[in-house]
Amino acid sequence: MIDQVPLTHILFLSTALFFIGAYGFLTRRNMITMLMSVELILNSVNINLVAFNRYLHPNIDGVIFTLFIITIAAAEAAVAIAIIISLYRKINSIDPEQVDELKF
Amino acid sequence: MLNASTLLLIPLLPLFSFLFITFFGKKHLPKASGIISVFILGVSTLLSLAVAYNYFFVVGMTNGIYQAISPMKLEWLRFSPGLSIDMGIILDPISVMMLVVVTFISLMVHIYSLGYMKGEERFAVYYSFLDLFTFSMLGLVIATNLFQMYFFWELVGVSSYLLIGYYFTKPSAVAAAKKAFIVTRFADLGFLIGILILSFHAGTLDIQTLIARLTTSDTTFYASATFTGFMGASSLTWGLALVFIGGAGKSAMFPLHIWLPDAMEGPTPVSALIHAATMVVAGVYLVARLFPVYAISSPHLLEIIGYIGIISSALAAIIACTQTDIKRVLAYSTISQIGYMLAALGVSQYGGLNGEGFSASMFHLFTHAFFKALLFLCAGSVIHYVHSNEVKDMGGLRKKMPITHLCFLLACLAIAGIPPLSGFFSKEEILASAFAHNQTIFYIAWLTAGLTSFYMFRLYFLTFWNKEYLSHHDTHEHHSEGSWNMKLPLIILMLGAVGAGFVPFHQLVTSDCQPYESEFHLNITLMAVGLSLFAIIIATIFYRKKNNLSDKISNNISQLYNFAYHKFYFDEMYQFVSQKILFNVVGAFSSWFDKKIVNGAVNTTAFLTEAFSETIKPVQSGKVQGYALAFLFGILGLIVILFFF
Amino acid sequence: MTAYQIWFYIIASMILGGALLAVTARKIFRAAIALLVSLIGIAALYYWMHYEFIAAVQTIVYVGGIVVLIIFSIFLTHNPGHTIEEPVSIREAFAFTGCFAGFAFVFSLLNRYSFEQTGDALNHTMQVADVGRALLSTGNGSYLLPFEAVSLLLLAAMVGCIVIAIKIRTHK
Repeated sequence: MIDQVPLTHILFLSTALFFIGAYGFLTRRNMITMLMSVELILNSVNINLVAFNRYLHPNIDGVIFTLFIITIAAAEAAVAIAIIISLYRKINSIDPEQVDELKF
Repeated sequence: MLNASTLLLIPLLPLFSFLFITFFGKKHLPKASGIISVFILGVSTLLSLAVAYNYFFVVGMTNGIYQAISPMKLEWLRFSPGLSIDMGIILDPISVMMLVVVTFISLMVHIYSLGYMKGEERFAVYYSFLDLFTFSMLGLVIATNLFQMYFFWELVGVSSYLLIGYYFTKPSAVAAAKKAFIVTRFADLGFLIGILILSFHAGTLDIQTLIARLTTSDTTFYASATFTGFMGASSLTWGLALVFIGGAGKSAMFPLHIWLPDAMEGPTPVSALIHAATMVVAGVYLVARLFPVYAISSPHLLEIIGYIGIISSALAAIIACTQTDIKRVLAYSTISQIGYMLAALGVSQYGGLNGEGFSASMFHLFTHAFFKALLFLCAGSVIHYVHSNEVKDMGGLRKKMPITHLCFLLACLAIAGIPPLSGFFSKEEILASAFAHNQTIFYIAWLTAGLTSFYMFRLYFLTFWNKEYLSHHDTHEHHSEGSWNMKLPLIILMLGAVGAGFVPFHQLVTSDCQPYESEFHLNITLMAVGLSLFAIIIATIFYRKKNNLSDKISNNISQLYNFAYHKFYFDEMYQFVSQKILFNVVGAFSSWFDKKIVNGAVNTTAFLTEAFSETIKPVQSGKVQGYALAFLFGILGLIVILFFF
Repeated sequence: MTAYQIWFYIIASMILGGALLAVTARKIFRAAIALLVSLIGIAALYYWMHYEFIAAVQTIVYVGGIVVLIIFSIFLTHNPGHTIEEPVSIREAFAFTGCFAGFAFVFSLLNRYSFEQTGDALNHTMQVADVGRALLSTGNGSYLLPFEAVSLLLLAAMVGCIVIAIKIRTHK
């Protein structure tokens, strides 16, 4: 049965996934890979929600939330890629280091 | 007749005229503005004469007392219940008397100016300023509220400033206008503080309520005003003294008299209206307005006011004996006569025969307005004729200008106090009340009266006799002494100067608004008239024919003469104080303080801000991952704080 | 060690390995494939937790949708063999420190708490019909309003994408 693996382990997994995503978001020098990192972060949250639902809550609210997050992630990815492509057309690069016009 | 709408018309008609000329007449009717303004003011004058008749002889008197009537009072600004600034009208003997004087003299000056100012480039502007002045002065005399009075007081100052500086291309006129404005404005500061002190203690700005509260010694208001004090005088006395300083500035009393002689740079009719007959007596009017408070609650202060008046009077008379500019002589004469009025107030008490000085002061104000305006207008005609202010350019004008000569002579006799001309009656009353209450003031006043006769006749002889008139200019344009509109006011005012003395002032205008029977003092009359006649005879000997007697005398007492000729060096003293002390020491220090400390502080702040911003600017790098990193560390820091502290 | 546990650790290493590779690989296409592996692993985790429906949705939306979208955009903006620049080294150091500290912190936090299960959550089984009912009904435990809001969001995102990415040709 599932209870042979404690809930804490799944939470460790999601935490690790979250910080891996955060690390990627902070260090990658390419907007598409930054977007991938964001997806990893969102998924770590999803894992949390589903796991809590499975282990602690005899209902399906967590799953519904996960569905919403997946939907929103899809929308977010679409908009982000639109922005990336538009930016690429303008400056012919998607390196975030080159996009630093918004400053003093 | 005495309803609000009729009374409002009196000040509002000149205001209308001012606005009309400023916004319309100046552009479209530059020539006709004068006539329009004369007609409007004529209506105003007739209204105030009718009001005066109604007030004094029909409705004013109830139970033997002239009641103060206040047909209109609009609340304008309200600070607290009871303490509000109102705009209103008050009618009592002195304000009605002033209404007549102001409108009548103003009308005469308006008519006279039609001829005198003819052909001036800013003719319409001149009339608009005259109307502004008339409006302000009327607002001042009918004020129900101390603050309303202050309001119009400043407006009067502004219009005086504008009119003195009328010839603004002349540097001396500009300087005189500034001097007048600054000196009076400086004094007005005292007035304002005085108003604040009085209204603080009385809890009202309304003049009648204030008088009632501060003269009844068993009220809490009176107790609070006399309880607190500063330097040995109660705050009530201080408030009254400060109010008087405002009045002294406007009335050119010693030591704030320096602006008035310079104010003669304005057009001569303006000098007649503002700087002789109306505005400069505002200080006297102010003291008279609050007279019960001065007389009942602070008699010592009133005595000091009397001394200030008589000292100014004597000093100005001495200076007037040495001056050679016809208008300056008249200006010092004005200071001298206003000093007389204040001295009369100073020796007066409240009520009955003891209040004779008050009545005499108002009487002298009334008669003085006529003969001094007449003197100025005559001087204006003379200046118009010879194109110079200096008496050395005049002389022998009696045949060239017979009407002016007659008017001037009668005015001189009036101011010298020769019976039965107007000045005789008012001066006699002043001297009588001074004799009864303060002998020191009486003797100084008596000597001053002699000096007055001397310098007036000196001026008269130097102008109209002394030598044959030699024209300095092309004589074609000077075939007559002036057009009808210059002569008519002279004749009307001459009738006033002759006849104004027969007005029974002790029946009409008294300190407690109750008529009293005046006494005739034969000995005082003989003393005063005798001295005047003696002074006139001396002046005749010295100046009727050209001779060197006067030079001999002045050489014998050359130090005193020079001292007086230089106006006792008052201007130099002020110059010294303002230039050497204020500008060089206080001003220089303030300037240094402002440049180094104040500016320095501002600059340092700016410099530090800029340096700091340069330091932290790189944080905002525009690099989105840098921001995210800062965000991550911020969140971590917050979590650590929340969990471990 | 039961089969359940073994499967869990296999799935977990797949997720974490894919994720690590996705954020470190120098070749962008390789990173995308690693992300794919990681996402499939997550779908497998859902399956392992007996949420077959959500596993299917994860597979369809992420694997079939988002990753494909990402790969498309990679092809639109790079040539396939493109190598990403090295990270800014100082920021990399800081990011590593921050992430490690955060992980350590949460790890210690998780160790401190025990999660007590309520009722028989472990035996509860989810029917797809339950999901449909929850999304399309009102009342307690129902999500009609968020559902509608999300559909509106999707529409707005679609319009926004077109507006942002559209290429307007201007002819002189």
